[in-house]
Amino acid sequence: MEFLTILLDPAIAKAGAVIGAGIAALGAGVGIGRIGGSALESIARQPEVKGDIASNMILAAALVEGAAFGALALGFIVGLA
Amino acid sequence: MTPNKYIGYILTRLLMVGFFFFGGSFVLAAQEGHGEHAAQDSSLHEEAIHAAGQEIHHDYETHKGFEPGKMIMEHIGDAYDLHFWGSHEHPVSMPLPVIIYQSGEGFKTFLSSRFHHGHDTYQGYGILQEEYLSPVTGKTYFKGKIVAMNEQGSVNEERNAGLYNFSITKNALAIFISVILLILIMTSVAKAYKKREGQAPKGLQSFIEPIILFVRDDVAKPAIGKNYAKFMPYLLTIFFFIWINNIMGLIPLAPFGANVTGNVAVPIVLALFTFVITTMNGNGHYWRHIFAMPGVPLPVLLIVTPIEIMGMFLKPIVLVIRLFANITAGHIVLLVFFSLIFMFGETSTGVGLGVAVPSVIFTLLLNLLELLVGAIQAYVFTLLSAIYFGMAVVDDGHH
Repeated sequence: MEFLTILLDPAIAKAGAVIGAGIAALGAGVGIGRIGGSALESIARQPEVKGDIASNMILAAALVEGAAFGALALGFIVGLA
Repeated sequence: MTPNKYIGYILTRLLMVGFFFFGGSFVLAAQEGHGEHAAQDSSLHEEAIHAAGQEIHHDYETHKGFEPGKMIMEHIGDAYDLHFWGSHEHPVSMPLPVIIYQSGEGFKTFLSSRFHHGHDTYQGYGILQEEYLSPVTGKTYFKGKIVAMNEQGSVNEERNAGLYNFSITKNALAIFISVILLILIMTSVAKAYKKREGQAPKGLQSFIEPIILFVRDDVAKPAIGKNYAKFMPYLLTIFFFIWINNIMGLIPLAPFGANVTGNVAVPIVLALFTFVITTMNGNGHYWRHIFAMPGVPLPVLLIVTPIEIMGMFLKPIVLVIRLFANITAGHIVLLVFFSLIFMFGETSTGVGLGVAVPSVIFTLLLNLLELLVGAIQAYVFTLLSAIYFGMAVVDDGHH
């Protein structure tokens, strides 16, 4: 019961929200790091298609960031309300 | 220039800029309390002080100090005036018109300066200084909203139920400005095409043309296929609208610094348009794939169909979150970097000075990144809308 009372404390709720946002940033970092890494590898293999690879990399990064920002937005809402 | 001369050139310029900031920070330090936004007391408290005949002194004992959270929220959110510069007590701002429709009484128009930044009520309306939870109806009235308020500052809930707010707020003004800018740019480019038929493009035309061709050849045609022309006006519109509003949100000067695309309402409307156009243009192939995915046995179909229906609504929602959260988060980080100066300046001006130089450099670099992010988000929104349109009008020919 004590654990539940601690967990329901609004300050803990805010801390949980912000930790969640931090984990979302972690996910974004891992995802975009992998995208960047494979983009660099393919540019190294075939430097002529650098332009194509670069634009596809930016597109994939934006999509991954979309997911991360969803979690970030939730963190904002709970943390500021 | 040889490499050594190049490095010397850059280092000299950096040193000059560093000395400029170092010297300029002495000017900043010389002004007591400059840039520190003292928190505003509630309007009722200040009215009580006024009534007691006392002056509200901006002295150090009542000085609440710099509140970065408050400052950031004010910059991110909407406002009823254009705040140019100045602290809360002595702001330099331009009031914007408040247009209210009260059911039963008709339209009322007045300038938001009547509210004196939330200190007064006017004609029975006032700006809420703090979030108000009604003990009678349990409804929450949010801070900064115009509500029907009587002289003492309490919310008149019956009157408020018939209140419709059509004011020109900071964001609405920024949208109007961006629309006017876009119309000016595009009509001048169109006129240039008519005037210079057969000739090479010149001036603004040669800047806009590759972008339009980019949207047509790299976004619309690959995503939609052969009847892409029908969707081109909409795709071009949202691309340029989002891009220009993202850029305008980064300019700190008064009518431009409005956080339009970061205001949830604007991406919601854009995604709503995308959703409506996708739904209206869906052919039989599209609907069959949502409600009765072919080649799937019935038990699995019972699971797949609700997921597909959820996906149909979720795709525009993700568009909204991606655009709004990206832009808002960017602005918040910029403001945090900048407010580091004032937060450290609270302890001592020397520390504030020391933090000023790296903070400004970081803010500059982040601003450049935000320019890139603004363009990328416009591109991604347009590309995903085009992909959804393409999925709606696809015709494989094998059903």
